[in-house]
Amino acid sequence: MRMGRRILTTLRRTAIHAGPTVLGIIVLDFLLLQLMPGDAADVIASESGVATAETMAALRERFGLDQPVLTQLVNFLGHLVQFDLGFSPRYNMSVLDMIMTRLPGTLLLMVTALSLALVLGIIIGSIMAAWAGRWPDRVLSVVVLLFYSMPGFWVGLMAIVLFSVKLGWLPSDGSMTVGANLTGWAFVADRLDHLILPALALASFFVAVYARLVRASMLEVQRQDFMRTAQAKGLHPFFIQLHHALRNALIPVTTVAGMHLGNLLGGAVVVETLFGWPGMGRLALEAVLARDFSVLLGVLLLSSLLVIIANVVIDLLHAWLDPRIGAA
Amino acid sequence: MSVEAGKLADFGNRAAVPRKGRRLRAFLRNPTFVAGVVILSFFVLLALFADVLFPGDPLDMVGPPVLWPGESAEFPLGTDSLGRDVLAGLVHGARASLLVGLSAAAIGLAIGMVVGAAAGFFGGWVDTLLMRVVELFQTTPTFLLVVVIVAIGEPTMQTIALAIGIASWPTVARLVRAQFRSLREADFVMAARSLGYSNLRIIAQEILPNALPPVIVAASVMIANAILTEAGLSFLNMRDANVVSWGGMIGNGRDLLRTAWFLTALPGVAIAAAVLSLNLVGDGLNEILNPRSDP
Amino acid sequence: MSLLAVENLSVAFPGHVAVREVSFAIEPGETLALVGESGCGKSVTAFSVMRLLPPNARIVSGRILFEGGDLLAASPPEMRAIRGKQVSLIQQEPMTSLNPVLSIGAQIGEVIRHHDKLSRRATRARSIELLDLVSIPDAHRRIDDYPHNLSGGMRQRVMIAMAVACGPKLLIADEPTTALDVTTQAQVLDLLDDLRRQLSMAVLLITHDLGVVAQWADRINVMYAGRIVEQAGIQPFFARPMHPYSRGLLGARVDVDADEHYSSNRLSEIPGSVGSAAGEAGCPFAPRCPLVEPSCRAAPPPLLAFEAERRVACPVTLEAAHHG
Repeated sequence: MRMGRRILTTLRRTAIHAGPTVLGIIVLDFLLLQLMPGDAADVIASESGVATAETMAALRERFGLDQPVLTQLVNFLGHLVQFDLGFSPRYNMSVLDMIMTRLPGTLLLMVTALSLALVLGIIIGSIMAAWAGRWPDRVLSVVVLLFYSMPGFWVGLMAIVLFSVKLGWLPSDGSMTVGANLTGWAFVADRLDHLILPALALASFFVAVYARLVRASMLEVQRQDFMRTAQAKGLHPFFIQLHHALRNALIPVTTVAGMHLGNLLGGAVVVETLFGWPGMGRLALEAVLARDFSVLLGVLLLSSLLVIIANVVIDLLHAWLDPRIGAA
Repeated sequence: MSVEAGKLADFGNRAAVPRKGRRLRAFLRNPTFVAGVVILSFFVLLALFADVLFPGDPLDMVGPPVLWPGESAEFPLGTDSLGRDVLAGLVHGARASLLVGLSAAAIGLAIGMVVGAAAGFFGGWVDTLLMRVVELFQTTPTFLLVVVIVAIGEPTMQTIALAIGIASWPTVARLVRAQFRSLREADFVMAARSLGYSNLRIIAQEILPNALPPVIVAASVMIANAILTEAGLSFLNMRDANVVSWGGMIGNGRDLLRTAWFLTALPGVAIAAAVLSLNLVGDGLNEILNPRSDP
Repeated sequence: MSLLAVENLSVAFPGHVAVREVSFAIEPGETLALVGESGCGKSVTAFSVMRLLPPNARIVSGRILFEGGDLLAASPPEMRAIRGKQVSLIQQEPMTSLNPVLSIGAQIGEVIRHHDKLSRRATRARSIELLDLVSIPDAHRRIDDYPHNLSGGMRQRVMIAMAVACGPKLLIADEPTTALDVTTQAQVLDLLDDLRRQLSMAVLLITHDLGVVAQWADRINVMYAGRIVEQAGIQPFFARPMHPYSRGLLGARVDVDADEHYSSNRLSEIPGSVGSAAGEAGCPFAPRCPLVEPSCRAAPPPLLAFEAERRVACPVTLEAAHHG
């Protein structure tokens, strides 16, 4: 099948291309981290209150922090090939394990936020395009522009004020009610309750981006000749918009959505911190403050991998939507 | 410069850039642009005259803590948990946010334009190499990169601006590169080359002025994003302790979310308004510089 | 009863009136050509019949009777039942008239499924039949191709297949061959003519190419600045064009048979431009007409009959013809 072959070629192309990029990221990040003042030993020592020279030296030797930079880098790369991301001085477990406890949280949040943003954005954008120039469009344009201008974390805060503090409908902390031992549907409902506000906060900015893009795209498509061809066939207007117009209009949306994936992870840092959400973003922040370079490096590496994978998915989605891509 | 060369350069520029008078009127006739400029000017004025309007340090404790807006005539927007004047904080915060936004965007633009112009103009291995670097930066989540860079130095206004600028140049570079790639084949460039102009001259005098319109639009978006990023950083406590910023005020107010939510609401409104004005300016510029017949 | 009878149609856009008091009729099975230069209102007239005008257009007056029923009074569901089934449209640009992201099988199939409600398998079979009918080779494989896989001529054939899929009584062809090269042009027009005969279809052929009209049309309507200025059968028209504009058009053709060559004679042209008709209270052609008289500028001349089957909107010419 055409699509299957395409998937293989894209994967192969990405693997060849991404290899040097990932290597470059590792080296760049490694060097960046070395520039940071202080290291994990400093932080641990200051926190535990035992800051003698011997303890510090012992800590550094234990975690290999006293080695020259190049040696550390080579060691890291060597371990990496065996899928070992090292050991975290702060959390006292392997970096990979640490990340795996937080990765699902981030993925859940990101995927929910992005899906929400896409669905809402497409609906709002289509409404704006259908009523272009008239009051529904004008009102929505203002609303959309406002969401485009408000910091995501502030939207989250205001949502907490409204839905948590004033109305008491939704929780504002963590990803589930700890210690409640819920099962089945109650478990899912509890998780959903905790997911809504952070997802909305993260999505708010992107809803605006997609709505504006879909509006512009749909208006552009309306002017195409094939729209009149479709009308001349006697098809229902709603069907024409959905089947003919939207498929064309969504092509630029997928491109932009792909570029956003990197930013989504970054934006998650603030939202996760605000909501106490157990995710990689918050982990990265904690790692920076604790100068836990192993964890930080692991998070940076994984985030970059996520971005690369996302780009592949977007590429394939793009090719599926637009059969002209990849044609000779 | 010989007369012919001068005329030729004029021709190249005139062919692509309209006369100044006509352009100015087009700017003024666009309501989006005008609205944005008005609101933005308001904030700029606030930033410039902060010391006149509210002399003294906004971080001083000047009143009873946690006064609500409207409770006291002396503090029209209330006070925070340490008794600091909220209104004074907002006005001084305008200065911090706008400064960081402008400098970060300036840095990002400077680096991005140089890299993009070089990649787009020279092509070949220069292009490949530079684009790989761009890719490296774009694969790392932007906010994380900013956090790491800020952590390398002291969290001062300058470091933050530098960090945001460094994280944001790739987008500009891509944009400028695309412009240069299409413009370098243009006729007026060939004409300039045939007159023996140096590469640098062609880049700076011939192509760059014509590549500017999308960059100008991107600049306003960059300033807006820089302000939003700085707000996020300040909220996470990666900020300059000696300077009042809107994000910092939100961060401070976080603990009192249940009882004094105005402390988080008001600075957010300020951020939204400032960023909104920049987006309006950007939208207006886009309409003016890339006209389309569209409802 | 005529298949289609347009009565006194006027269509306006903000700023100008595109179609003024246009009346004509099409009989079942015949090809009526609507001729004129760009901007004369012929496409607007055609789109009005299908009520596919852009949103800023306004139908000011008139009726469009299709088999006796006024299309302008029809409800949207009624129009949707007619479009694609009773009346079809072929547009000028085959490159942009097909949706680039859908296969041609899907695009042909949807009109069949919408009107004739066939199953998926039956629809696919019928679509392949249609592709065969319009002479697309290898139809059972081509059906899954996308528009960008086809040449311009083949795309136009696909458009024709879509248009005749449900056996319409009237096909509106808006400049169907303008965007094609000469060889393909002839093939496509041949195909249209064949189908017309096979399916007993009437064709409203919009074009500015008099050569095409001479070969394939039965009757001709000449339009100028939104008005019809002459109506005639093909033979009589080309034998003796009457309206000064028609005569200008035919005089301006470089006809190999007539032994005219640009190096021996200057190409005769009609002086002035169409723009001169704007704001003209009388005959729109008056500013450029060699036979103009003061009475011409008072009011637009009506279409008056001359012999059977011929109407001309020029009293001056008719006057001369009756006396001569």
